Amino acid sequence: MEKYGLAIILGIVAGFIARWLMLRSDHRHYPTYPHGQLTHLALGFIAAGLGAVAIPAIAKPDYVAVTFLVLAAQQFREVRNMERESLNHLEETKIIRRGSDYIEGIARVFEARNYLVIMTALASSAAAYWLSWQYAVAAAIVCIGFSLLLMSGSYIGNIAEVVAAQVNFEGSLLRVDDVIIMNVGLPQTRKKILQEGMGVLIKPKDDDARLTLDAPGQRMAIVHDVVSILGSKVEINETELMPVARKNPDQGYLAVFIVANEADLDYLMEIIRKVPVLESARGTTLKSYFGRKAAD
Amino acid sequence: MDNSISNYILAIVATDEKKVLPGGCPVILASDQEEQVKVSLLLARILGGIVHDLENGLYFICRH
Repeated sequence: MEKYGLAIILGIVAGFIARWLMLRSDHRHYPTYPHGQLTHLALGFIAAGLGAVAIPAIAKPDYVAVTFLVLAAQQFREVRNMERESLNHLEETKIIRRGSDYIEGIARVFEARNYLVIMTALASSAAAYWLSWQYAVAAAIVCIGFSLLLMSGSYIGNIAEVVAAQVNFEGSLLRVDDVIIMNVGLPQTRKKILQEGMGVLIKPKDDDARLTLDAPGQRMAIVHDVVSILGSKVEINETELMPVARKNPDQGYLAVFIVANEADLDYLMEIIRKVPVLESARGTTLKSYFGRKAAD
Repeated sequence: MDNSISNYILAIVATDEKKVLPGGCPVILASDQEEQVKVSLLLARILGGIVHDLENGLYFICRH
């Protein structure tokens, strides 16, 4: 009985710590919802509990309990729906939207995190049950490290080069370097844009990156992350100062234009480098045979 | 996507009446460029659109 208790407690603790650490890594996705964090910690605790009791239940042997555990694990599918729904609702009142690619990515990540927690708890409690508590601690550390590694993902900075660019006008057409952004009619708006607008070029490093940057969802994510940190001067119904990302069709690089509250170009570039590459937008042409041949 | 032209032209502001034909869109004549800019700005704010310049003396308001 003692052995069961130790295994279960170690499993729960390991799983809960894993969830907590992974929660810390998603502040950028999820900046200001403390109650949301509490929900996820609570769910993480339940997930850890599920993982921790699995091995003792099998060893007991209590197969009914195991069946119930499998049923309970199904509940974590709901996590994805919960995230998706709440973010979609919030989307309606946003001036700059996240885009459904971004929301789907976040929702999927939240679901996956709970499974990683279950696995961490399972591994630790198994180690505690069959070996000893020292092994359980080691297993927990390895699992948590592995989970954090899995969850880190890649960033725009890994797949593209971000450089500063000049905002300019060709007649009434607003451009960032040579990429046309939009037509701006009013002289006073043009003046404001020339004074305060910032432009950045995102140059993809290879064909995969080019396809990734091509995806509208990825571009919305870039613009959303920038605006959520630097702010934007765009107003409801006055969309002249709308931040946008447009591509150069021939070269494939993106031009980002923004009139931000905090006009700091260096941080703008740093923020763009830290934007996550969305799973659903990721280009994989170089992984296919024809893609590689065509890229020659 | 985030802002492509999804609606029709809400109004045209012209200084030269020879440049426009009646075609189902309100056309407003301004006496000079200064008035044209001001009227366009007001219209854009009221209609919730933004002003575009056709570079031939015509401004139009369009919602994105």
